[in-house]
Amino acid sequence: MKKQKLIIVGNGMAPGRALEHLFELAPDAYDVTIFNAEPRVNYDRIMLSPVLSGEKEFEEIIIHGDGWYIKHGIMLYKGHKVVNIDRAAKTVTSDAGTTESYDKLLIATGSSPFILPVPGNNLPGVLTYRDLDDVRAMLLAAQSRARAIVIGGGLLGLEAAAGLKSRDMDVTVLHVMPTLMERQLDPAAGYLLEKAVEQRGIRVMTKASTKEIIGEKKVEGVLLADGTVLPADLVVMAVGIRPNGALAKEAGLEFNRGIVTDAGMRTSDPDIFAIGECAEVGGQCYGLVAPLYEMARVVAAQLAGNGDAAFVHSETPTKLKVTGINVFSVGDLGEGDDRQEIVLRDASAGIYKRLVLKDDRIIGTVLYGETSDGAWFHDLTKKRTDISEMRDTLIFGQSYQGGSPLDPMAAVAALPDDAEICGCNGVCKGKITGAITGKGLTSLDDVRAHTKASASCGSCTGLVEQLLSLTLGDTYNPAAVTPMCSCTSLSHDDVRRLIKAKQLKSIPEVMQELEWKTSCGCAKCRPALNYYLVADWPDEYADDYQSRFINERVHANIQKDGTYSVVPRMWGGVTNSKELRAIADVVDKFDIPAVKVTGGQRIDMLGIKKEDLPAVWADLGKAGFVSGQAYAKGLRTVKTCVGTDWCRFGTQDSTGLGIRIEKFMWGSWTPAKVKMAVSGCPRNCAEATCKDVGIICVDSGYEIHFAGAAGLDIKGTEVLGLVKTEDEALEHVVALTQMYREQGRYLERIYKWAKRVGLDEIRRQIMGDAQKRKAYFDRFVFSQKFAQVDPWSERVSGVDKHEFQPMATIGFHQAAE
Amino acid sequence: MNDWIEIGSINDIPRRGARCVKTPQGKIAVFRTMEDQIFAIDDHCPHKGGPLSQGIVHGAAVTCPLHNWVISLETGKALGADEGSVRTIAIKLDGDRILALLELAAVAAE
Repeated sequence: MKKQKLIIVGNGMAPGRALEHLFELAPDAYDVTIFNAEPRVNYDRIMLSPVLSGEKEFEEIIIHGDGWYIKHGIMLYKGHKVVNIDRAAKTVTSDAGTTESYDKLLIATGSSPFILPVPGNNLPGVLTYRDLDDVRAMLLAAQSRARAIVIGGGLLGLEAAAGLKSRDMDVTVLHVMPTLMERQLDPAAGYLLEKAVEQRGIRVMTKASTKEIIGEKKVEGVLLADGTVLPADLVVMAVGIRPNGALAKEAGLEFNRGIVTDAGMRTSDPDIFAIGECAEVGGQCYGLVAPLYEMARVVAAQLAGNGDAAFVHSETPTKLKVTGINVFSVGDLGEGDDRQEIVLRDASAGIYKRLVLKDDRIIGTVLYGETSDGAWFHDLTKKRTDISEMRDTLIFGQSYQGGSPLDPMAAVAALPDDAEICGCNGVCKGKITGAITGKGLTSLDDVRAHTKASASCGSCTGLVEQLLSLTLGDTYNPAAVTPMCSCTSLSHDDVRRLIKAKQLKSIPEVMQELEWKTSCGCAKCRPALNYYLVADWPDEYADDYQSRFINERVHANIQKDGTYSVVPRMWGGVTNSKELRAIADVVDKFDIPAVKVTGGQRIDMLGIKKEDLPAVWADLGKAGFVSGQAYAKGLRTVKTCVGTDWCRFGTQDSTGLGIRIEKFMWGSWTPAKVKMAVSGCPRNCAEATCKDVGIICVDSGYEIHFAGAAGLDIKGTEVLGLVKTEDEALEHVVALTQMYREQGRYLERIYKWAKRVGLDEIRRQIMGDAQKRKAYFDRFVFSQKFAQVDPWSERVSGVDKHEFQPMATIGFHQAAE
Repeated sequence: MNDWIEIGSINDIPRRGARCVKTPQGKIAVFRTMEDQIFAIDDHCPHKGGPLSQGIVHGAAVTCPLHNWVISLETGKALGADEGSVRTIAIKLDGDRILALLELAAVAAE
């Protein structure tokens, strides 16, 4: 039989899914041609928010790469917008002039963002949030750290705001209604959401009606109806979408709010189908992915010849994809005489749950803060389960039904096979467990590939993982966690947490209790464990030198030929003739081949034989030198400029403060090396703005910077805050370092740690919470009691003598004799 | 000619540590594992000649301090994806005494 010609207008998620189904049902029925107005392949639009926030790259959200189109023989016109459908001739024509004929046509033109009809809405700098081009434009704007205003406090607007905030923009959300996400949340949950969004440093203005977008050549601000003017460099409109129907309308297809179809997704022309956000089926248009995928399933069956396939309306739960904010809502939340409700509030934990009941059945659910029971409540609604029996404990969730609380695993185990796990893709529990056993799946990625569960927004990932471990038992190794090394399946964070929680105080104890897979670890985990134990139990843990890298074991830096280099401390980079003379003498006495000034303002002696180290240190020690710890995952240098002592521009005693910090903090171990600097004025001669921690002195005090880098990565610092006095500067710097010591993963520099935990969180704890800051400071001071021992003088006095001498010298005596 | 030569006591080496022995054929590194096994290999990583005696000892292997190659103490071979090997030296224990099978012929001849 000759293949029919299928043309698809649009290349979004719905037609992509439809083709997958079609190729499964009728692989050889059609020659497929796709016209895509966007110049790229099919990608997961739900995942644009993680791309905006930097959690994912575009390549990671591609659903179908170029290879998929080739494999299925699909002709894909990228960047071709269809401008005309000729129903009589059965052809479509693109703006590039290409005309193709069809037997069946599938319209999936999606929707367009709604643009507020206010003056200035077409100024450069006004964006929408719809496709990758919008995200790229926002990322470009974010580079200048400008002020952004997001108009619209619904799902999309809040995700855009969170994404821009994580790119360090100053973000305000304007919402015309009194509470956020009012279509999905009741006012109480909307209020909690508003607080949580504001806690992330995003300003929220409700009841804010936009009157005009002002600016000459580009956006300069937003004028509200009440006369307020908010300055802005970027305005993102996320106020809703409208179905794209122009093409269908011009072709004379029936059009209401969207392109009208029957339950089989067929338009008023029997050879033309429509799916996705542009379609109106049963009088309703859809915007969430689950019903769109249902349309895709139906149209594929119709195209494959099953005329009975029909779209059935179902409620889709709403979930917000902003990391750390859990919101779940589904169903009818309105109040009424025939309705009752059960509400649970836990203010301190930030939890709010509300169930709307009618005739002893749940008809609506809002969960805020704690959403794990969402699937269960939704399931009760779908099944119209009579809940009168369990009404007293219903709100506490599934675990509290029938006696004692169950662990989350048991709750998942108790779910029926037809309970929906993945709302985006409509995948139920039985399908997932069936695929795991039937196809021998072993990882989350496998399940995503075979069932699509958790492959879209990812909010059901936890449930899918529980199903994996439930089905596979111990053989399931959660892939989401990157283990410390191959000796364990635990991540750095888990190990740190368990060391504290289980009070583990030695490496063998950690390995025993946490079930290490090797007898004594490896060169990756042992130094990490040693650091965690030193940092967590400064007074009790006995440092394990055999778990330290050679440089930290012999307190010098190994060089490529096996010799060592030695760097004494020069506090704040300041020295004198006596010290320089002592160094000169040591260089001569031990015939040290190279002497170099380091980037940290001190002197490096290179090429020293290991056996000579203790004697070199003894001579340096007599001149008052201690180890510069140029080898340590610990405090290295505090670079300074001459400040008010000498400099005509100096505003504070930067040298003095640098020396004070170095004397206070030397000897402390940290997850990775820590380099600091203090500059006496904003001219910044000590280059403090690329250090792990830097201070810029200004007339009014001390501006504290952190999270810079000038190595593998180059990164300017972030500002922690401004303090008035030298004492405060010291306290803040020390508290920041201690926070990093307690949270950093081994070998993770401050800038990476800060990126992971969030700059705002660090600012909140160190600048905003005096109690926390003092506690960090005190813990640092306590640990210093055990750390500030000069390792060189220790070794000169005989510690670890074995390190520096050969055990035996064989043969040479006999030869000489 | 090879002879069993005493090179030291097991107590001279820390557990999960190493000591060096200088011989006319070059330095050898003598290791003591967590379980008190003793191994000796050339103190010269097959990669760039790093001093293996300075590395971190784990199980019956050592990680070179220069570029993190992992060398098996039992076979002298690089583990994992790296390829290369170093000479191993036979060891026997007499109580606490460590004896190594070393070539002294060259020495005697000098």
